Amino acid sequence: MEQVGQRKIDGLWLTVVGTAVLFFLILPTLIVIPMSFSGASFLEFPPTSFSFRWYETYFTSPEWMSATKTSLIAAVLTVAIATPLGSLCAYGLHCSSPRIRSTAQILVIMPIVVPVILIAVGVFSLYAKLGLNYTLTGIVIAHTALALPFVIVTVMSGLQNYDFDQELAARSLGASRAYALWTITVPQVKFSIQTGAFLAFITSLDEVVISMLVSGGENATITRRMFNSLRDQLDPTIAAISTCLIVVSIAALIGVQLIGRSKNVDN
Amino acid sequence: MSVAETYEGAVTHQNASTLKSEERRESMTFFGLSLPAVLAILVVVFLPVFWLSSLSFYNAAGELSMENYARIFESALYRRTFVVTFQISIAVTVICVLLGYPLCYWLTKVPDRTAAILMVFVLVPFWTSVLVRTYAWLVLLQRNGIINSSLMSLGIIEEPLQLAHNLTGSIIGMVHIMLPFLVLPLYATMRSVDTDLVRAAVGLGSSPRGAFWRVFFPMSLPGLFAGIVLVFILSLGFFVTPALLGGGKVQMLAQRIESTITVYSNWGAASALGVVLLLLALAMIWLMNRVFGLDKLFMR
Repeated sequence: MEQVGQRKIDGLWLTVVGTAVLFFLILPTLIVIPMSFSGASFLEFPPTSFSFRWYETYFTSPEWMSATKTSLIAAVLTVAIATPLGSLCAYGLHCSSPRIRSTAQILVIMPIVVPVILIAVGVFSLYAKLGLNYTLTGIVIAHTALALPFVIVTVMSGLQNYDFDQELAARSLGASRAYALWTITVPQVKFSIQTGAFLAFITSLDEVVISMLVSGGENATITRRMFNSLRDQLDPTIAAISTCLIVVSIAALIGVQLIGRSKNVDN
Repeated sequence: MSVAETYEGAVTHQNASTLKSEERRESMTFFGLSLPAVLAILVVVFLPVFWLSSLSFYNAAGELSMENYARIFESALYRRTFVVTFQISIAVTVICVLLGYPLCYWLTKVPDRTAAILMVFVLVPFWTSVLVRTYAWLVLLQRNGIINSSLMSLGIIEEPLQLAHNLTGSIIGMVHIMLPFLVLPLYATMRSVDTDLVRAAVGLGSSPRGAFWRVFFPMSLPGLFAGIVLVFILSLGFFVTPALLGGGKVQMLAQRIESTITVYSNWGAASALGVVLLLLALAMIWLMNRVFGLDKLFMR
């Protein structure tokens, strides 16, 4: 009997701690949403009045709008480059010999492992020589390298679950390698590729440290502007921008899930 | 593989050595497909970081020397940076374990469907920009923020606590950012633990607590270890949150590197700090590879 009572107390304790930790994770993440609709001219929580004034400030500010445009263009271009390159790389590594694969795998995850401040400072000085600082090209190249590991890791784990004999069967029936890859393999790992693309998009959109050094002037990203603004003061406009960023991230996440699900339904 | 081998063998009657050389050639072709991505990573990550590292071995006069390293180990300022960086990283890692382990364990106890829904509470913060979350903490922890005002209205404190722009704020914010990195590998490992073993231990007379510590806990260790290493590495080189929540009073390694370059233009000292940070990170990764296996990252 004593043991059962002990178990109940342990279980209760676990539930309380677990719930508290979940709230600790989610509440500060979502708190900017109600704050962004506050009518007060300083930051307060809970907000006492409702207004769209901070959204108005955001959407009518030429600086914020140009930064938003830069960030979105950079993110889309990063996806457009990192997704095909990363997927091809994953396919290549999946098929190459184990020795090459294990060496390349370590190399490929380095952008995640190396502290990003070092990449940022290094890229900044390299770009200074090449004249790429403060250019969109520079931002996209750096973000592509950061996003590649995410695409490669997700596509490789997708290929892991894919029965490779299907592609070999297609080839033995006369399909060329490229044709078999495109019509047999790619459709079956489509969901992994889409997830990789989503990760690439978020990586670029949310990247702060490299953008802080490498972007600027006309091509300042939104994260650079937000970071600089937060260093000075707590501008409520940031709450409106943050809400938009959260909405974009969640919309992209749901989008990937929906595409994945509809694909499964088709099958 | 078997289909292709039978097929090729039947048509061309190649002998083993030509097949082998063909296989080698094919393996190289495949690696060729990986080249663009690998090159991009080499040029953007390896080349600049190596170049930056090489700067640390030259003194102000451009001669080869270890002056920069001597200076970062002698200077009280840099020593202080290392101490603070380690203190914060260790504190953040320990708090993450204390919060994350019970959470993951609880998630393995609730029904699968509930656990999947509860995981959204971990994944949404994980996918939300670090800047956005740091901003939220700046607002919550400020002098007249909700935490201070509710503690004051509850009568727990009389004066508002200094929560932001100091060490406390940096640690709270960093724990919030790092916790998902501990939870995700740990929860994955816990889910793969065969709970029948725990039940068997209890059936054989162990107390539930004994079964937890002697059966379940040891089997969850690989995931816990992976999470700890991940959180610790990321904390060592973390920039954004301490830069904003530390209010300039807390200088971790990454900020020191940035300010040494942007404010003092001292590339030698900054790159020596960078090399030390890089070696620490690589050593941790090596350790993680030995214990956990980085290959696991690629297979799910």
